[in-house]
Amino acid sequence: MLGEQIIKGMAVTARNFFGSYVSKERLTTVQYPEEHLAQKENTRQFPFLVYDGDDWEKGLRCVACQICEKECPPKCIYIVKSKDKKPDYKGQPQLYPATFDIDISVCMSCQICVEVCPFESIKMDTKFELSTADRFGGLLLTKDKLAKPNSYYQEMHPHDAADSDAVIAAEKAKAEAKAKAAAEAKVKADAEAKAKAAAAAAAAPIAAPAPTPPPAK
Amino acid sequence: MPPKSFEVKPKLDESGSSIGELLEISMGPHHPSTHGVFRMDVVLDGEKVVKLKPVCGYLHRNHEKIGENISYLASMPYTDRLDYFCSMTNNWAYALTIEKLAGLAVPERAEYIRVIMAELTRLQNHTSLIGFFVHDMGALGTPLMYAFREREKILDLFEEVSGARMMCNYMRFGGVRVDVNDEWLARTKQLVANYGRFLDEFETFLNENEILLARTQGVSPLTKEQAINASLTGPLLRAAGVNYDVRKVDKYGIYSRFDFKVPLGEHGDLYDRYMMRVLEMRESIKILNQALRDIPGGPVMDPKAKLRGFRPKPGEVYGRIESPKGELGFYIISDGGPNPYRYRVRPPSFINITILEDMCLGHRVADVIVILGSVDIVLGEVDR
Repeated sequence: MLGEQIIKGMAVTARNFFGSYVSKERLTTVQYPEEHLAQKENTRQFPFLVYDGDDWEKGLRCVACQICEKECPPKCIYIVKSKDKKPDYKGQPQLYPATFDIDISVCMSCQICVEVCPFESIKMDTKFELSTADRFGGLLLTKDKLAKPNSYYQEMHPHDAADSDAVIAAEKAKAEAKAKAAAEAKVKADAEAKAKAAAAAAAAPIAAPAPTPPPAK
Repeated sequence: MPPKSFEVKPKLDESGSSIGELLEISMGPHHPSTHGVFRMDVVLDGEKVVKLKPVCGYLHRNHEKIGENISYLASMPYTDRLDYFCSMTNNWAYALTIEKLAGLAVPERAEYIRVIMAELTRLQNHTSLIGFFVHDMGALGTPLMYAFREREKILDLFEEVSGARMMCNYMRFGGVRVDVNDEWLARTKQLVANYGRFLDEFETFLNENEILLARTQGVSPLTKEQAINASLTGPLLRAAGVNYDVRKVDKYGIYSRFDFKVPLGEHGDLYDRYMMRVLEMRESIKILNQALRDIPGGPVMDPKAKLRGFRPKPGEVYGRIESPKGELGFYIISDGGPNPYRYRVRPPSFINITILEDMCLGHRVADVIVILGSVDIVLGEVDR
């Protein structure tokens, strides 16, 4: 019969329509500005800079190595290195970015800056409602707008943040162990030099005080 | 000068005397059913098409030239924007090419993840394509919305793993960027198990619908010879009855391990092209079930692969995969530097529309829209 299959199709439509009142499976729409879906943990929108501690200028992890600037596919990152150095979390003097701008109207949220960063300092934000009426400066984020505390990152991406914190802690422990070893070596070298001098003194014909034992570390 | 939207020309007989009028229309680039910014200069005799000239380039973004000026890794997110419906397969094609060039091995688990992602991509591409296809025929909204409802579920899975719904940027040279967890695999299994049911419903909805049959059967048949001469690939070629699927021919990745068939059409008309997509989705579900069953544990990146300062040795390479639209290939020449010396894409959509005029001649103007819809073009890939 002509039209039989059309009626069958209409039955499918009807099933979906009435089904949408009872089954969540068939009604999947969300009334967006009023309702929001939960964000996925891996969601990426635009990059931000992570800092440790309370002072964003002091705690910024970025050392202005410019790798992200070089690797960024649409070239939306602009970095100027500082003239002076300041100690990083390991206590080593490092450069810091005097200027760090990201034009997020150019950024394409690809996350390559995050992947290539060797210092765990640039990460992805999940905020996406960023529209602005300012046509020129509104979407050009400068260093102060980009800096976000590590706690913000931990809250947003708990798993990734734990990994990144572990990397930082390992680096720090390595640096500390190295510093400690260097300090020990220095102490030992000092003691040896002292002992040598004492021995030389003892070998001298004039009676010398007994060599002192090397000082405890 | 902008193109005129229409022009009336005299219709001449053999002796050169006027016997009527021809109408030349510029369809697009803002036409709602040209699937993007695509223009066709159509010359009509009444409602019949007597000449058709596809005009593309409105979405040209210099993809290939940009690729030659940035590092190998930085091209990866740009490949997402080629065929923006199937970013996962684009990523795979590019990653596969560079792996061939640099001699990187891909860990077992990553290969399985890639197959899963590619087949999910095929599912969502074909589902939404069918939605658009019947939308072009005048089934405004309903089937498209059902298709999009299912597509959203797959995009949710993509977002959870890669961080983005469409611009996934997920594959890397020598593996994939992040591992998937067991919960994700369980949810994918669930989705694949339910997908068959959705397809059943969709097929009841459309397969034998009289309007769809009247509009598609016998319209714009393509012969094997025509299809091969125009170097078509993908479902369009198989609808014409040529058994050619890069998954079977090249057996790239681990496709030799899966048991699946390549559906073939007979007439090459619109209905065959529609059915080809439905049957391919059924085969994709088969592949997905096998891949999700067999996926092993282990790392997902080749330890030799590096992100920063990647410089493959000099050489040239062509890598190709079966993307949902056809054979997607990348041709790369390396001179040992940090960026490719030559970077070229073989986009399936672009090559598939070269035969558009032959397919449309003699058909009515309303069919042109449906024929264009059946080719399955994405303008991001046509214009690059």
